[in-house]
Amino acid sequence: MEEDDLLPGETPESHAANVRTNRRGMMVLYRKELADHLCSRRFWALFALLMIVSVASLYGAIGSLRQTALAAQSQGQGVSEFQFLKLFTTAGSSIYSFQSFLGFLGPIFGIMLGFDAINNEQAQGTLNRLAAQPIYRDTIINAKFLAGATVVFLTVFSLGGVLSGLGLLLSGTKPVAEEWVRLVIFLLLSGVYISVWLAISVLFSTLSRHAATSALSSIALWLFLTMFLSLVASGLANAMFAGTHASAQDVISAYRLQTGINRISPYYLFSEAASVLMNPNVRSLDIMSLVEYQNGALASYLSLGQSLLQIWPHLVAMIMEVVIGFALAYISFMRKEIRA
Amino acid sequence: MTELQNRTVATRVTANADDHYAEHVAEAAGSAEAVGDPADWRSERNEGLHEIIIRTSELVKQYGDVTAVDHLNLEIHKGEVFGLLGPNGAGKTTTTLMLLGLTDPTSGTAEISGLDCTRDALAVKKIVGYLPDNVGFYPDMSGRENLIFSGMMNGLTRKEAEERASGLLERVGMTYAADRKTGTYSRGMRQRLGIADVLMKDPEIIIMDEPTLGIDPSGMRELTALIRELSVKDGRTILISSHELYQIQEISDRVGIFVKGRMIACGRIDELGQQLQNEGLYMVDFRAEKTANGSMTTEHRTAVETGTEHGAMNATAETLASTTETVASGKSGGAAEDRAASETEELKSLVRGIAGVRLVGVKEDGTLHVESGRDIRAELFQKLTDAGYLLSELHERGGDLDEIYRKYFEKAGGDENYDNRTNHTENKTEKRSLREKLLQRSHR
Repeated sequence: MEEDDLLPGETPESHAANVRTNRRGMMVLYRKELADHLCSRRFWALFALLMIVSVASLYGAIGSLRQTALAAQSQGQGVSEFQFLKLFTTAGSSIYSFQSFLGFLGPIFGIMLGFDAINNEQAQGTLNRLAAQPIYRDTIINAKFLAGATVVFLTVFSLGGVLSGLGLLLSGTKPVAEEWVRLVIFLLLSGVYISVWLAISVLFSTLSRHAATSALSSIALWLFLTMFLSLVASGLANAMFAGTHASAQDVISAYRLQTGINRISPYYLFSEAASVLMNPNVRSLDIMSLVEYQNGALASYLSLGQSLLQIWPHLVAMIMEVVIGFALAYISFMRKEIRA
Repeated sequence: MTELQNRTVATRVTANADDHYAEHVAEAAGSAEAVGDPADWRSERNEGLHEIIIRTSELVKQYGDVTAVDHLNLEIHKGEVFGLLGPNGAGKTTTTLMLLGLTDPTSGTAEISGLDCTRDALAVKKIVGYLPDNVGFYPDMSGRENLIFSGMMNGLTRKEAEERASGLLERVGMTYAADRKTGTYSRGMRQRLGIADVLMKDPEIIIMDEPTLGIDPSGMRELTALIRELSVKDGRTILISSHELYQIQEISDRVGIFVKGRMIACGRIDELGQQLQNEGLYMVDFRAEKTANGSMTTEHRTAVETGTEHGAMNATAETLASTTETVASGKSGGAAEDRAASETEELKSLVRGIAGVRLVGVKEDGTLHVESGRDIRAELFQKLTDAGYLLSELHERGGDLDEIYRKYFEKAGGDENYDNRTNHTENKTEKRSLREKLLQRSHR
C-alpha cells in the first residue's frame, strides 16, 4: 500500500475501510443484478429459445451421423474418430449445427443482457440513488458487466452440458478425454464471444438515453459484422488484386486481405476458431498449396496442443475485443453526468 | 383505522388552525411529546448550533459558457435545517450534486465533516443521505425489498436491514404498502419511501432535493413535520433545496437565496426580514374608489353606521347605477377606462405627495402598491378621505419570505415571481413595471 495511492485526506486505515465498504457494496449489487437477470422473463425466453434450437440441432446432427455411419458400414469402412465432437458441429438435413447456432444467435443473447444496463437505471430514476450509496462509481458498471458475463457463461455451459448428456444417451458414443477438453475450451470460447457482444451492448447503453436506441444500434452493428462484412471484404479484395491476369501471388494476397478484413468480425473469428477446435482435421486457416497439402501434411489428426496453437491469436483477439468494448463503456459511464 | 388514515383525518380536521398546529402534529405523530411550536423550537435551537459541518469555498461549476454555480461560499451548522431557495435553474441541484461528489466542480472546494466531497466521495456518502427529486425505485421489487437492498449496500446484514426497514416503514407510515411492487406507488408514497430509504443508513446529514414538489396539502404537513422531526428529535443536519418558499420557510432554521448561481442572501428568516426592515421598507396595497359625489358617500356611511340593510342596498344600487351610467354613456367603454386611468393617476400623484414614499405602482387587479420608508397608513387614509376617495381595501405587506424573496430577486434582476400560497403567477406585469420603475430611478 504505497503512500502515493492514497487520496488527499486518506490514511491507510481509512483507505482500507473504504475498499472494504466498496467491496461489500459490489457484492450486494452483483447479486442483485444476477438475480434480476435470472428472474427476468426475457432471459428465460431467450434461454428457452436457445435450448430448443440446440436440442433440435442435436437431433439433426445425430440423424446425419447415423446416415454417415450406415453408409460407412455398408462399405465396410469405420467411421472417423471424434464422433462426440461431431455431434456439435454436424449440420442436420434441414437444420444448422449447434456451433453455427451459437455463432449466430449467441450475440443476440449477449445484446439482450446488456442493452438496457445503464439507461434503464437512469430512466427509472434509480441511478442517482445508486451513485449516492457508499461505493466507487465504477462498481456500478463493473457489477452489471460481471453479472451479465456470469449469466452468459452459465447459459453456455448449461447448454453444453445438456447437449452432451442428451447426445451421449441418444448416440451411444464414448468420448475420449481430448474431446472433453476440446468441448470445454469451445464453450469457454463461446462465452468470450458472447461477452464481446455484451460489452458492445453495455457500451451502447451508456451512450444512448433510450434502451430501444441502444438495442437497435447493437443489432445493427451485429448485422453488419456478421453478414455484410464478408461481402465488403471480398469486394475489396477483388478490387485490389483481382483481374484476369492475377498471378498466384495476387491470389494469395487477395485471400489474405479478405480474411484479414473478415477477422474484424467476431463471428468470423469465432467460426474459424470453433472449426479448428471441434474439427481436428482442420490443419490450416490459410491457403495451402496442393504440394504442401499432399507432401507436407501427416495423414493424422491434429493434436490438441497444435490446434490451440492455430487459434491462440483468435482467442486473444476476442478477449481484446471484450476488453476494448468494456473499457469504452467504462470511460463513457465514468464521465457521464448523473442527474435526475 | 390505519395509522395513515388517522393521520390524514387529524390533519384535515385542523387544516386551517395554524395556532393548533403543534397540537395536531402531536396527535398525528401519535406520540406524547409534541415537536413544539414552530417559533419556539427554532429560537431554542439556534443558540446551540455553531459547529460548521458543510462548507463550500469559492465553488464554481461551469457547463461550457453557462455558469451554473458562481463562487459559492456556504456554511451550514451541525444540526440545523438549511433551506436552499431559488427558482428553477438557479444552481441548487448542481450544488447538491457537487456536495455529494456526483459532479466535479470546475474550481473551488466542498467539504462535509472535514472530508473533501470530490476526492473522498465514498467516505462522504457513508454519512450523507440523498433524497433526489423524482426519487425512483426498482419497480419489480417491493418497497421493503428496495429498503433492504439500500441497507445492505450500506453495510448492514440482511437481518439488520430487515429490522431497520420495518421500523422505518412504520415511522413514515408506509407499512400498509410495503410489500407491493414500487411500480404501483403514487408520488407521495414514493417520497415517503424515499425518506425511509435515506434513513436506512442512519445518516448524520440528509440532503433533499425538492422534497415537497407535487405533494398534496395534507401530505405536505405530514412531510414537513417528519422533516422537522428528523432534525429536532434525531439531531440530523438537513439541507433542503427547493423553490417552494412557504413550506420550506416553516421548517428551516436558516435559508440561502439562490439566483442565477449566486447566493445573494443567507441567514435566519427573521434576520433577512430585519435587513429589509432596517432598510426601512414598508409596503401597503390599497384600493380606493372615487365617489361620484360626496352625498352618496355620506349616505353609505350612515347606512353602514345605522346598520340598515335598506340604506346599504340603496347605496349599492346607486353605485351600480352610476357605474352603468358611465359605461352606457355616449362612447364605448373607453370613456370609463379613461376615467379609471385618470383616477389612478390622481391617486398616484396623491400618494407620491406623502413624505417618505419611494414607489407607487399599479397592480393588474387595479390595486395600488406603495413602498415607503416609514409607516404611512394614517396619512394615507387622511389624504384619501380629504380628496374624496373611499378606501375599500388596505393590505400591509412585507416581512414574510415572499416579499423578502421578491425584493432580493429584484435586486439580482430575477424575473420569476409567484405566490406560493396560491400557487399562481400573480402580478407579473405589475412587478415588471415596478422593476422598470426601479431601474428608471437608478438610471436617473
